[in-house]
Amino acid sequence: MSTTTLPQRGKEAAGTATQAPEATPPGGVRGLLARPAFMGFLVVVVALVVGAVAADSGTWPKALTFDVKGPLDDVSNWLTDNRAKSPLFLYFLLHISNWSEGGVDYVFTFLNSLGWLGVTALATAVSWYVAGAGLRMRSLRIALLTLCTFAAFGVLGLWDYAMATLALMVLAVAVSAVIGVLLGLVAGLSDRGERVLRPVFDTMQVMPAFAYLLPLVLIFGIGSPAALVSTVIYAAPPMARLTALGLRGADAAALEASRSLGAGAWQRLWTARLPLARREMLLGLNQTIMMALSMVVMASVIGSGGLGDKIYQALSKDNVGMALVAGVCIVLIAIWLDRVTAAAGDQLEAPAAPARVGGDTGAVSLEKAIGWLAWGAFVAFGALGALFGPIGERSWPIDWTTTVSAPLTEGIESFTGAISDGVPVLGGTDVWAAHFTSWVLNPMREAMQAAPWWGVLLLVAVIAWMVGSWRAGLTSILSLSVIGVLGLWHKSMDTLSQVIVSVLCTLVVGVLIGIVAARSRWVMRLIRPVLDVMQTMPQFVYLVPVVALVGVGRPAAILAAVVYALPAVIRITAQGLRSVDPAAMEASRSLGGTAWQQLRQVQLPLARPSLMLACNQGVVLVLAIVVIGGLVGGGALGYDVVYGLQKSDLGVGLSAGVAIVCLGLMLDRLTQSAGSTGKRGGTK
Amino acid sequence: MRTIRSMRRESGYGRPATRRTRVVRSGVAAAGVLALTLGLSSCGKANPYYSGAPNTVTLPVAAWAGAEANVAVAKQVLEKKLGYRVKTLQMDEPVAFDALNTGRADALLEDWRGVPKKEKKYVEELKTVVYAGKLGVTGHIGWYVPTYFAKKHPEVKNWKNLPKLKKYFQTPESGDKGRLLEGSPSFSTYDDAIIKNLDLPYKTVYAGSEAAQVKEMQKRAAKKEPFLTYWWTPQWLNSKIPMTEVKLPKRTKGCDAVPSKVDCAYPYTPLAKFMNRDFAENGGKAAEFLKKFHWSTEDQTKVVKWMTIDKMDTDEAAAKWVKENPDKWKKWMPDK
Repeated sequence: MSTTTLPQRGKEAAGTATQAPEATPPGGVRGLLARPAFMGFLVVVVALVVGAVAADSGTWPKALTFDVKGPLDDVSNWLTDNRAKSPLFLYFLLHISNWSEGGVDYVFTFLNSLGWLGVTALATAVSWYVAGAGLRMRSLRIALLTLCTFAAFGVLGLWDYAMATLALMVLAVAVSAVIGVLLGLVAGLSDRGERVLRPVFDTMQVMPAFAYLLPLVLIFGIGSPAALVSTVIYAAPPMARLTALGLRGADAAALEASRSLGAGAWQRLWTARLPLARREMLLGLNQTIMMALSMVVMASVIGSGGLGDKIYQALSKDNVGMALVAGVCIVLIAIWLDRVTAAAGDQLEAPAAPARVGGDTGAVSLEKAIGWLAWGAFVAFGALGALFGPIGERSWPIDWTTTVSAPLTEGIESFTGAISDGVPVLGGTDVWAAHFTSWVLNPMREAMQAAPWWGVLLLVAVIAWMVGSWRAGLTSILSLSVIGVLGLWHKSMDTLSQVIVSVLCTLVVGVLIGIVAARSRWVMRLIRPVLDVMQTMPQFVYLVPVVALVGVGRPAAILAAVVYALPAVIRITAQGLRSVDPAAMEASRSLGGTAWQQLRQVQLPLARPSLMLACNQGVVLVLAIVVIGGLVGGGALGYDVVYGLQKSDLGVGLSAGVAIVCLGLMLDRLTQSAGSTGKRGGTK
Repeated sequence: MRTIRSMRRESGYGRPATRRTRVVRSGVAAAGVLALTLGLSSCGKANPYYSGAPNTVTLPVAAWAGAEANVAVAKQVLEKKLGYRVKTLQMDEPVAFDALNTGRADALLEDWRGVPKKEKKYVEELKTVVYAGKLGVTGHIGWYVPTYFAKKHPEVKNWKNLPKLKKYFQTPESGDKGRLLEGSPSFSTYDDAIIKNLDLPYKTVYAGSEAAQVKEMQKRAAKKEPFLTYWWTPQWLNSKIPMTEVKLPKRTKGCDAVPSKVDCAYPYTPLAKFMNRDFAENGGKAAEFLKKFHWSTEDQTKVVKWMTIDKMDTDEAAAKWVKENPDKWKKWMPDK
């Protein structure tokens, strides 16, 4: 049984000072020395250092690269030349773009014609109904939340932008859900379907959305079409996965019963399997909605409009307050949709439970009737208001708005100004960032770029061998080779060095906070809302404050990545530590272990799988934001993707996107297999 | 989308309608549009130049504030005086050209002539995009230092002194070279070539977005620290942080013909307007109005100042300008 703890892992990583410390081997130090894999690891490290010193440059040899920019530019030219000519466009692709353009436009005009009162009344009534109707606390609370959310759009002066975002959301979620369910049916009902689709879903989830924005823009056109398609690609997998899970997890007895009653395959699906899976499907819908929301905001870089656009424009005018206000609106939408779908899920669990008790039926139906009456009146009022009267304006009345953005901007500016260089003795974030760049980032990048390419490949292979999966090793080596062949070795090593530093920082800070949060309920309760907001706040919002703190450059990109990945790591760590078997904890306590000993010898080792999961999630999230880092001076691959998008240069943008995906696959596989073999003490 | 604030005040759908008829009509249109689009999708040929509902003008907006001001003012007039609905799309110059080509956007109001390849392809070869006159504003790109630094070191105004001054511009990101701060990747820049061809000990550091660049400049300016940046006029920040240009070698004929061999200053560019051909020919009053749209650098700067320094809402600022300058925009109105 392994006794590895985190501090030891850190020491090993520091001792070997290599490129991929996040995937160091499990097992005690003596155990390590006895294992051939570790000896191999050491040999490779020595070879790497020697190679880096001997050769002047470790870059992938020119002879082994393949020029993809030329062919990609040809593709891009062909696409623009043939848009109006090729049957592929005229009879297929353009229908999709025209349909999405028209659809989004239509939903937006529809919302507008309802008027602000109509939209608010409709949304409130629907939320209330979905949450179980009636006059019970829960449904009323949801209704109130909806009302407040929509009022906030109006009061903050962002009604129209919020409607544009909602219009895109409505369509995107609908399409994602339908496609997700269809794919889920395939994967849930057929084993072959599952085998084919699973790796597809896996790849879709590690792939940073920015990587596929550009090709979609070229194919479907800028604006809502590309935004819609990219959102569907991003948001459909959870729906499909959970639908498949639900179908597969259906109670065998229930299915057997249905069969013995003579139900055909379709009937069985319709009357037994799907209803049994609806809990998972609803959970899938919830996740799909959340992911669609974040993508809809991100798609503002390709002209999707709405709140995301507002944020983007506010930033270029240096109006952080405005960006924050728009960000708050997005957080509100997220909270609202999350609570509504969660309530709908609980409703499915216990559909009006008291109704079964005979005596209560009358009371319940009476309560429902009153509820319906009240809501009918409310909706009618909304409709009347929409048709007549001064409150029936299409948009929130302008006199009822407030402007909070200017004071907010000033507040944020004075705060960031104070801690960027106003801290006595310590110097402030600006100075730290400069030291960090000179003493950590620059040497690390130089070392990684100087290390010979074959050495890096070998190192990755050995690491994969140690964490115990030849498949992971193969995937990683293939991914790295693709990067080399694309001719992006140099830039990828730059990006990789930033990613590794970000992941390490995230893990150190995240695990520490996670430990504290796991030990004290009070702390957890305090930070939970903060984590919620951090996870739903669009990344664009904190770009400018980040630059204000540490200036343009790689530290800014790393800070943005850490802020983005931190909540998930904290959550998973705290969750893992808290779910450690209470019996084991009790046993260690009765043996006289101090709190520190308990943590080090019981909790952390037992929570190892969650820690590895946290590491894996950290890697995936940090990679997802590499492109955003390109917007604040991160350079390398992230910058190339932004360049490609803004210059619509497929050659540069897509190959950098592919390189990011390859880095993602490599790191994901390495951390994932390290996690899955952890329980067996790292033996093969 | 900044579309829409104004739409509340007046109907934006062609002829005026009461609210009741509008709701009813939307209901009918709902069924109609759905049936139509579904029908279209199932068979038949798609319209390659579809850009949304009729009577809608789609205008791309580049990320800088000047471009936003043009569009906001055009939108005010188009919506309030001509009864169109204006849809704005956030996109950068090169992408905007693609959108003009596909018909996804109708007219680009401020082009810095930064994408000659695309311009040649769409305007001359495919003939899907047409030149639609000047905007009236002249733009200039260059290397700039803050004026407080130029006063202390007047020699910085000549590029030949840049190597001597590099120590003022060094940062950890640029190592032992001086830093030349760059903006968004969408800006047209030859700075890497200029540095190489003039053999300057400088390195470009890309901020990655205009927002990040502006923030970095403000941060430095607050501490009166020196910095050298790729910058341009007209720009709203210039009234907050006065900037002085570093004169690069004089332009000679063809000095910037080959991108990798550029070794001279950037030109003064009269900013241009471009339109989708279909829109230019069949766009009716909207197209005529946008072709006549022409205003001065002062007017644009005024609106931009309201939007940025006075933190006014974009549409409010545009409405204010339209209210105060009826003589100017009336000249742009289409002939009856």
